[in-house]
Amino acid sequence: MGLVIIIVIAALVVAAVGGYNSLVSLRNQVQNAWAQIDVQLKRRHDLIPNLIEAVKGYMQFERDTLTQVVEARAHAISAPDQASRVQAENQLTAGLGRLLAVMENYPQLKSDQTVLRLQEELTTTENQLSFARQAYNDLVMRLNTRIEVFPTNLIATQFGFHEVELLKAAPEDQAVPKVDLSLGTKQA
Amino acid sequence: MAAADFWALERTNRRETALLVGTFLALFTALGFGLDLLIGEVYFTDTGGLAGMPFLTGAALIVGIIQALASYYGGARLVLASVHARELTPDTQQHQTVLNVIQEMAVAAQMPVPRAYLIDDPAPNAFATGRDPAHSVICVTQGLVNTMDREELQGVIGHEMAHIRDYDIRTMMMIAVLVGGIAMLADFVYRWMWFGGPSARRRSNSEGGGSAGALIMVIVLLLAVLAPIFSQLLAMAVSREREYLADATSVEFTRNPRALLRALETIATVESPLRNASRGTAHLFIVNPLEGAREDKEGFLDNLLSTHPPLSRRIARLQALLAQTSTEGTASTQAASH
Repeated sequence: MGLVIIIVIAALVVAAVGGYNSLVSLRNQVQNAWAQIDVQLKRRHDLIPNLIEAVKGYMQFERDTLTQVVEARAHAISAPDQASRVQAENQLTAGLGRLLAVMENYPQLKSDQTVLRLQEELTTTENQLSFARQAYNDLVMRLNTRIEVFPTNLIATQFGFHEVELLKAAPEDQAVPKVDLSLGTKQA
Repeated sequence: MAAADFWALERTNRRETALLVGTFLALFTALGFGLDLLIGEVYFTDTGGLAGMPFLTGAALIVGIIQALASYYGGARLVLASVHARELTPDTQQHQTVLNVIQEMAVAAQMPVPRAYLIDDPAPNAFATGRDPAHSVICVTQGLVNTMDREELQGVIGHEMAHIRDYDIRTMMMIAVLVGGIAMLADFVYRWMWFGGPSARRRSNSEGGGSAGALIMVIVLLLAVLAPIFSQLLAMAVSREREYLADATSVEFTRNPRALLRALETIATVESPLRNASRGTAHLFIVNPLEGAREDKEGFLDNLLSTHPPLSRRIARLQALLAQTSTEGTASTQAASH
């Protein structure tokens, strides 16, 4: 009888350790995915001034679009907390989507090597950002499910694992499909 | 859900690779043993036992092990050399885009970025190879780069990324190098024998070397018999299910079934075989690179003999997937307009 109890307790301990470790591993993966997003955000912050500088001369009539992007970038960099930062970055994504779309109306941009290079770099950064966000959300969903379902929910509450919020895309962002230069005809 | 599937796939691939290497070593050893018997190094005693020094058997086993190891570590380089691929550098805007798209899909798949290679061939095609995700290569043709737009390229690269993630690349590479290698060797020896090989010459001018000549003849005949069997095995070992799965996983990465669909449709309209693809490497590619291999049949025999499912079937499955997502997802408005 004593042996049975010991075996049951041992099995419970093993299960608990396994559940705890899976939670930790998922949480680390979520953090890592967030770091990925951060890398792309930094990259686009660095790219924007160069791009604006390069296209400014050609795009006299798009002052609004350009200033919108510059302002959104400034907001994103100086955002005091996570929530307002996410919001500012979403605005920046929407603004950049518009800018890249409008750039299609300026055929003379196509012959400027610097612009082409920056445009390609910004496009891939935007795409990587959206894929990184997608991966982040997938992981967050898995972590949240793990935290909610039995029996890991017992361990989660015991050791202070909290559900993480999904990154929502800005409403405008959903209307703008993934930035695609080669098609060019797609309208937002 | 997806994660569990992926572990199962990886396990299956590990098992298949082990089975393949085991079979290969067994065959090699059997060949060595047969030769030992033939030249009398090993012989049956009166009591029915075996006697002698089976040193050709040992040699064959050692050679087999060396070849298996070389295939595992150098297989990717061999495959790339056999299709005449070169490292892809950002020398043009177009090639820079390909490199960027590979990076994008690596982010989507949460995997290390594979190295990129290019084949200078107008036939649109692509493949991935390597022993694991950290040592993987994606190879595209110039034709693919020329015909695909960015989204379509994402679909194709996503398909290759799926093969890498599921360890299909390892199994496929070992098949290409071990099985394909034997088939190629056999083809070569076979041709060599019938078109001015040493046996033809020897017959006319020599009296000595009788046993050596016979030995060569036996090896040649053995290889000639083995070659078609190996090609067959190769086709059978390649599960056509893998291609459907990689298509589905690609869509999981890009969330864009329409782009991969367009890519496959575009490729389907181009009937141009890849110059440097062979029977040994055909199964690696996203679509069959061999001449006249694009027939739309899927009967029992085609299943046995073909390395790829018909493109029309793959397109149909993607269309089904698209119909599924557009009834529930946000992509519905876009799908309708197409």
